[in-house]
Order: sequence, then structure tokens, then C-alpha cells
Amino acid sequence: MAAPSSSSSLTSKLRHLDLGGEVIGVHFLGRSAAFALGTGGIVLAEGDNEQRIEAHKGAILSVAGDARRLLTGGDDGRVVATSGDGASETLFEQRGRWIDQVASGADGAFAFSIGKTAHFRPAKGEAKSLEFPSTVGGLAFAPKGTRLAVAHYGGASLWFPNAVAKPDVLVWKGSHRGILWSPDGRFVITTMQEAALHGWRLPEGANMRMSGYPSRVRSMSFTAGGKYLATSGASEVILWPFTSKEGPMGKQPTMLAPRDTRVSCVAAHPKEDVVACGYDDGLVLMVRIADGAEILLRAPEGSPVSALGWRADGGALAIGTEAGKAGLMVF
Amino acid sequence: MPDAQAQTKIPVTVLTGYLGAGKTTLLNRILSEPHGKKFAVVVNEFGEIGIDNDLVVGADEEVFEMNNGCICCTVRGDLIRIIDGLLRRKGDFDGIIVETTGLADPAPVAQTFFVDETVGAKTALDAVVTVADAKWLKDRLKDAPEAKNQIAFADVILLNKTDLVSDTELKDVEMRIRAINPFARIHRTQKSDIAIDKVLGQGAFDLDRITAIDPDFLEGGHKHFHDEDMQSFSFASDKPLDPDKFFPWIQELTQREGPNILRSKGILAFKDDPDRFVFQGVHMILDGDHQRPWRADEAKTSRIVFIGRKLDRAALEKGFLSCVA
Repeated sequence: MAAPSSSSSLTSKLRHLDLGGEVIGVHFLGRSAAFALGTGGIVLAEGDNEQRIEAHKGAILSVAGDARRLLTGGDDGRVVATSGDGASETLFEQRGRWIDQVASGADGAFAFSIGKTAHFRPAKGEAKSLEFPSTVGGLAFAPKGTRLAVAHYGGASLWFPNAVAKPDVLVWKGSHRGILWSPDGRFVITTMQEAALHGWRLPEGANMRMSGYPSRVRSMSFTAGGKYLATSGASEVILWPFTSKEGPMGKQPTMLAPRDTRVSCVAAHPKEDVVACGYDDGLVLMVRIADGAEILLRAPEGSPVSALGWRADGGALAIGTEAGKAGLMVF
Repeated sequence: MPDAQAQTKIPVTVLTGYLGAGKTTLLNRILSEPHGKKFAVVVNEFGEIGIDNDLVVGADEEVFEMNNGCICCTVRGDLIRIIDGLLRRKGDFDGIIVETTGLADPAPVAQTFFVDETVGAKTALDAVVTVADAKWLKDRLKDAPEAKNQIAFADVILLNKTDLVSDTELKDVEMRIRAINPFARIHRTQKSDIAIDKVLGQGAFDLDRITAIDPDFLEGGHKHFHDEDMQSFSFASDKPLDPDKFFPWIQELTQREGPNILRSKGILAFKDDPDRFVFQGVHMILDGDHQRPWRADEAKTSRIVFIGRKLDRAALEKGFLSCVA
């Protein structure tokens, strides 16, 4: 296939922003893109407007969000919620500790972790916390309800914070870092310290090993309706099929948008079978799963793409890089 | 890895030492002296550091086995995450110091810097610095395997509390250290008082900085004093080596004997190769590269050293010499 040229009909529509700090995550709040930065700031961008909020007195370590607010956890020991109008509120603070992970749940509930302890905060009702045998590597709410998936050494735990019962433990040797539920809640997937993904089919907990990557997987995203799991970690986008009951077991992944540099970040379009993928050299393209057709969105400028986020209606894409450059494209 | 990248890597110093040797005193010195540098410090116990520094991070010493079929390939998971986090504040500090507990094995810490891609790409292990108690080290070497591992792993050793022992005792303990680790630089100190440029910025793991393996110690020196348990062997050859023989040999050796080999280092002359090839390893993990051309005034001697336990000297020597081209 031909190498992407350095411009397309869309690259000229990309609005460039210089944010001045590594982009840790990006999330749309309504029509406004909220970029969370390693320097502790949050930049809200919409159209030509740009608003900067100094949310943390240190680095932002983790980012989550829903339609209403962006949640950030920092090395200043704070969990901060920021809304689309720029108002920010400290939801939790423990000085001298790092907030390693944050997760956003339904109805205003949220969760975060400090070392080995996961904390659950419902919008109303009692706060809960639970200590795990090792540091929490990843935290994610089930698509519906308040069940939390917690990644750690030796596997993952499924925790109902409001139940008395102990969490169900899904065992697999190794260090599990990122964690994600499939949109139908039937699968839990982790990224591992090794260059592999691991998954469990629920409720029986059958193991799914997804390996063959040349490097650690940092970014994964389910495509619309949960048909595929798109991941980074190789020099093409890896798409594991999840349409059948067994998930990807015994099936080969689809590989799209090959280049001579690695995919560093992926984000699936919320409605179409399209994936936005960013590479180690800063290039971003969109690829259509049906036929592998690619459209260039951002020319490479050297710094790895570290964050990608779609607006909920799929009408805009936000891009961030390790060097603190960003892009906003409205289609 | 290209040199340009190496220059921008953040140096990491691993600070070890048995309980009470003077580690925290050294750390407090590094943090309080006016050298104009800022360090991020990973500690295992809060409260011992007398310095108010928002770059002091608590760690849990979570060691886990990599799932790569390599049994001694243990890494510090907490350290990977902490360094990932610290890298977000790049530019806020000049180096990272990792303090281990007095009972810790330094291997997982050192291996972390080779095994994790991000950590390896953005930071570089500078040196393992071990603080040893001149008065009590001798006893600890008998009853605490951890203390011996810390000496064996060290690139720099602070032989501390020298004011508490006589000259004879000091020479004796130094000999014992040499018997375990003939390669480390030893500094005699009191109250961990040392210029920080003797401890930081050592580049001991930097392949470009492996300049020599002292032939004297290979020949004599440590023979006077044998440690019953820890061994250090060194072999040399004036004949150039065949890379097609050497690499399979060292790979197989470290795969098989990895758990017993704590450290390895080598400076090698390959046949028809104008460059020095240097390597070093921690257990099964090896890192090596062409360093620079051999100088005209330099003898093209290949030297290799091993520190470990239960090693078969004769087999190692035979294996190494069979790599001659």
C-alpha cells in the first residue's frame, strides 16, 4: 500500500494548539475538548476559544470522564472534577500520596486508587474502599451499574462496592495495568506489562490470551457496538473480533493502517466502524474497518501521539502528543 | 541506541545498604547539600527523610516475575509506575534516586531499567551505590545473604563508619569486599560524608563508560581472600574472538546460569572489527554495543568478568577461550 502523503482534504481543517505540557488524556465535555496535561493544567478548547485551568499542583497521572465532567487524578493527592464551563472542584484530597487511577461511573459515581487501595464514591450514599494485595494498575466501571474491575498483579478483581461479598478474582500471572469492559459487559480486558493483552469471558472467567505484539499495549478501545477491540502496540492497528460469544479465541485479528512506526494511541469512532489512530511520529489517520481505507488527519511532526478523543456524536476528534502539541478537527 | 537519545535520558541511582549502614544519612546529604541539582527520590519508608521535598515518593517494593519464561527476571512493578508518573514532571528534576530497603535484593531494581520499554527509553541506570558498615559488614556477610548481594551488585561502595574500626580491621573488611566484588569503586567515609560527584553521575551502566577492567585484580589481589559463597572470575584473551561463537555462548550461558550470575561485564575484541564491543548484564539480561574504535596504543585484549554463586570456573574459562576466532 502507498505511504500516506503529508496532506489530505482534511489536514487543512485541523486546528493546531500548543498546550505546553504532555497530553495525558483528552475528553469531550459537550462541544468542548478538555485536554489534561502532565504539568497539571487542563485546557478547554472549542472553536477558536481556549480556556486554561490550573487543576493540579503537580502532574496529572490519570484521566476519566463522562458527558458532564472530566475527572483527573494527580500526584498532588487530589481528584478534581472539571466541567465544560471551566468550573473545577476538588472531590478528594490526601496530601503526600499519588492518585494513580481514576474512573468515572454512571450517575455521578466515581472511583480512584491510591497504591493498593481502591476507593468508590457514589453520588449519594456511603463511600467505600477496599485494599487489594498489590497496587491497583487499572480501574474501570462496568458499562451499567456500579461494579468495578480492578487490575493488579496476578489478575483482576470484580468488585461490587455495595456488596458485602468479597470480589471475584480473575487469575492470570503477571502485572496487569490498563483495564476495560466490553460495551455489553461480557468481557474484561487488561493490558499487561508484557507485550500482550489478557481477557476474561464472563461470567465463567474463561481466559483469553491476546499476544504477538512487538511492544507493550498502552491504548485500547472498543469499536461501535463492541464489534472489535482496537489496540496500539504494533506498527498497524490490531483489531480483535468480539462479535462471537467466544470473543477473539481461535481467530486472527484484523490488521489495518500499517506504517514503519508504531501505533501509540487508538480511539474508536462512537458510531461508525472507523478507528482514529495515532503513531509514534505524531501522524494521525482514520481507518475504515470494512475496507481499510485511510484518511490522513495530521501530518507527522515527531512527537508520539499520547491521547485521542472523539466527541460523543463523532463529529469532532481531539489529538494530543507527548510534546504538548494538540489538534482539534471538526468534520 | 543512538547517542543523542542517551544524552537526554534521566540518570537513576540505586541506593542500597544493609539496615543501619548509613543509607538515609547519605540520602539526606545528597538532598540538602548546595549542589544546585534537584532529585526525585523513591523511598520505601516515609519520615526518615528530613527534607521537605514534593518529589519524594513512597514505594511498596512490589517485585514480580515477568511472564517471559525467565525465572530470575523479576522487576519492581511499583517502580515502573512511579517512574512513569515522575516522567510527567520531566524538567522538574535532574536525576532519580531509588532507595531500597535494607533487606532488598538489588537485582529486580536494576532489571526494571532493562525490561520496561518506557523506563528504559527515558531513563538510564547510572550506578548501584551500596553503603556498607565498616564495623558490622563482616558479620553481616556471614549471616545476611542480602548484605552480600548488595556488595556483589555495587558499582560504588561507601565503606562507612570507618572511625569505628582500626586500620587493620578496615583493611580486612576491604579485602572481604574485594573478594566478593573486585570491580566496584570503594570510598572510605564517616557519617556517609562524600562529595556527591563520587556517588552520582557515575555512568557505571553506561556502555560508553566501561573503560577498563583492571587486569591487576584479575591476576592477584583477590586471591588472598576468598569468599566461601560469592565468586568473581575474570578471563582474558589476546587473540580476537569470533562473534559467531561468542554470542551463542554467552546467550546460552546466561539463560542456563542466569540465576547464579549476579553481574557480568566484558570488553571484547572481535576478529576484523575495529571497534571495542562492551557488554554488561544482570542475571539473564544482557546489554551490549560497539563502543569506540580500539586505539593504536591499546592492547586488543578481550576481558570478561562474572560475579556469582555456584559457578564452574573451569567451564567458564574453557567456554570463553573457545570463542577465540
